[in-house]
Amino acid sequence: MEKKKKSNVVKYNRWGYIFLIPFTIVFIVFQLIPLISTFWNSFFENYRSGLTQIGPNFIAFDNFKKVFSSGEIWMYAKNTLIMWILGFVPQIFFSLLLGAWFSDKRLNIKGAGFFKTVIYMPNLIMASAFAMLFFTLFSDSGPINSILVNMGILSKPFSFFSSIWATRGLVGFMNFVMWFGNTTLLLMAGMLGIDPSLYEAAEVDGATSTQKFFRITLPILKPILVYVVITSLIGGLQMFDVPNVLTGTNGDPVRSSMTLIMYLNNQLYSKNYGLGGAISVFLFFITAILSFIVFKASNEKEVK
Amino acid sequence: MDENRKPSKGIGLHARRVIAYIVLILLTFLCLIWFYILIINATRTHGALQKGFTPIPSTNLINNWKSMLHSPQPIVRGMLNSLIVAGSSAILCVYFSSMTAYAIHAYEFKMRKFMFTFILMIMTIPTQVSALGFIQLIRKMGLDDTHLPLIIPAIAAPVTFFYMKQYMDSTLPLSLIEAARIDGAGEFRIFNTMVMPLMKPAIAVQAIFSFVASWNNYFTPALILHTDTKKTLPILIAELRSADFLKFDMGSVYMTIAFSIFPVIIVYVVLSKHIVGGMTLGGVKG
Repeated sequence: MEKKKKSNVVKYNRWGYIFLIPFTIVFIVFQLIPLISTFWNSFFENYRSGLTQIGPNFIAFDNFKKVFSSGEIWMYAKNTLIMWILGFVPQIFFSLLLGAWFSDKRLNIKGAGFFKTVIYMPNLIMASAFAMLFFTLFSDSGPINSILVNMGILSKPFSFFSSIWATRGLVGFMNFVMWFGNTTLLLMAGMLGIDPSLYEAAEVDGATSTQKFFRITLPILKPILVYVVITSLIGGLQMFDVPNVLTGTNGDPVRSSMTLIMYLNNQLYSKNYGLGGAISVFLFFITAILSFIVFKASNEKEVK
Repeated sequence: MDENRKPSKGIGLHARRVIAYIVLILLTFLCLIWFYILIINATRTHGALQKGFTPIPSTNLINNWKSMLHSPQPIVRGMLNSLIVAGSSAILCVYFSSMTAYAIHAYEFKMRKFMFTFILMIMTIPTQVSALGFIQLIRKMGLDDTHLPLIIPAIAAPVTFFYMKQYMDSTLPLSLIEAARIDGAGEFRIFNTMVMPLMKPAIAVQAIFSFVASWNNYFTPALILHTDTKKTLPILIAELRSADFLKFDMGSVYMTIAFSIFPVIIVYVVLSKHIVGGMTLGGVKG
């Protein structure tokens, strides 16, 4: 019987390949070829100076030299990292807190379903529209300034988008609001998977809820935490919609909110393909390294 | 909040519960207040908006609606474009991702292990890093300024594939497929008439996710679409933020933002049970 089944499966094996055709073709045409040609472009001088097209001429690694020596890319990398951290720190803090509360059976939060629904909602909002909303709300004559002045907190409207840290802070804050629900659900699912007898044993030994959190929950959650941190960092590197709309594509004030992808986007718009290619390759390798860490971490999880 | 964690030896269950509810209510406020202000402001006139904020709705909703319809930006057209692009991407995405997952799930072939690992590995490559090659290719194919380059790539969606594969592992026994074969059904028919209906819950969740992802997508469409009447909503929204922003009718601006946000919120509220549940199902395993 066992043998018969197997031979049957063998007979149908070619269908495995047939069903893979659409994915493979679309992947090769729309992802792999573009990726290779992006790499290819990074070795060529290819840009527009006014109306004249320069190149493409093969210049090997000159684009990379230009990108890295100008220092711009490091500045934008720093901006991206700062805004990611501003959003990620409150995000992981509240996610751990909420995750622990939601999964604590003794605490028994009422309306947990409602709270989960609400905190996850901002994640589905169109980021560009959300950024546009924040831009109007926090503009000099916008409602936030009007509220703050009326309450007597400010004597005159504060120009949020002329201040480096207010702008970065707003981007970080929006990232926090948009993502903490998502992270909470991820961590909570991990916490619910922890064997309750561990907690019961700890309770018998007289452990407080703080001790239980730091001695049981966090160590067991470590692989998921690594996953959350790194995937969030990968997502953070792609930060674009929010700062781009909030600061009107130029990352003002003084390009302090310009992210790496905004930099790339600007090169693509001005048809500056050589530099754009070099930036893309740089981003590809950073993402690849980070992904490798995730891959390792989640494999570890499975082995356990 | 740290205080409650550290000396919690002294803090009873009751106190912890009170703190939890206070924090939850504050966070709920933080998530919803923006949409409340948005709704209120969408009902007010430009003049009233300039004077300052009030928490009470006004009566200008319909006028703002009309002025949004007559604004220089084709907002309604934008919404139609967004619907077409997001709808078609969602359909292609769930159908072909299921097909790819089924290939790996149901058949034993040489490349199987390799393909599975390979798809996992490409899962985290962001579309942005190949955007340069992508727009060049699209131009060469003559598809620049059309919706097709935004729809067709949805066929190869590693994240959706992974979710579908996980779902099949837990709900689709190979013996079932075997039984259908004995009944004489062809492989393609088994997939379409037996596997797909069984996948309904997973398909629903992933259709929503891929619809929303495509609906909200701004980076790629902004590089591909140039004609105003072809643009999708995120591009039109981003264009509001231009140099002459202050000259716009603010009532109409708020209306436009509301118009692009609320359809997703309504769908979400109706289906939230499935979405929140489905999100965790895929996420943890990923």
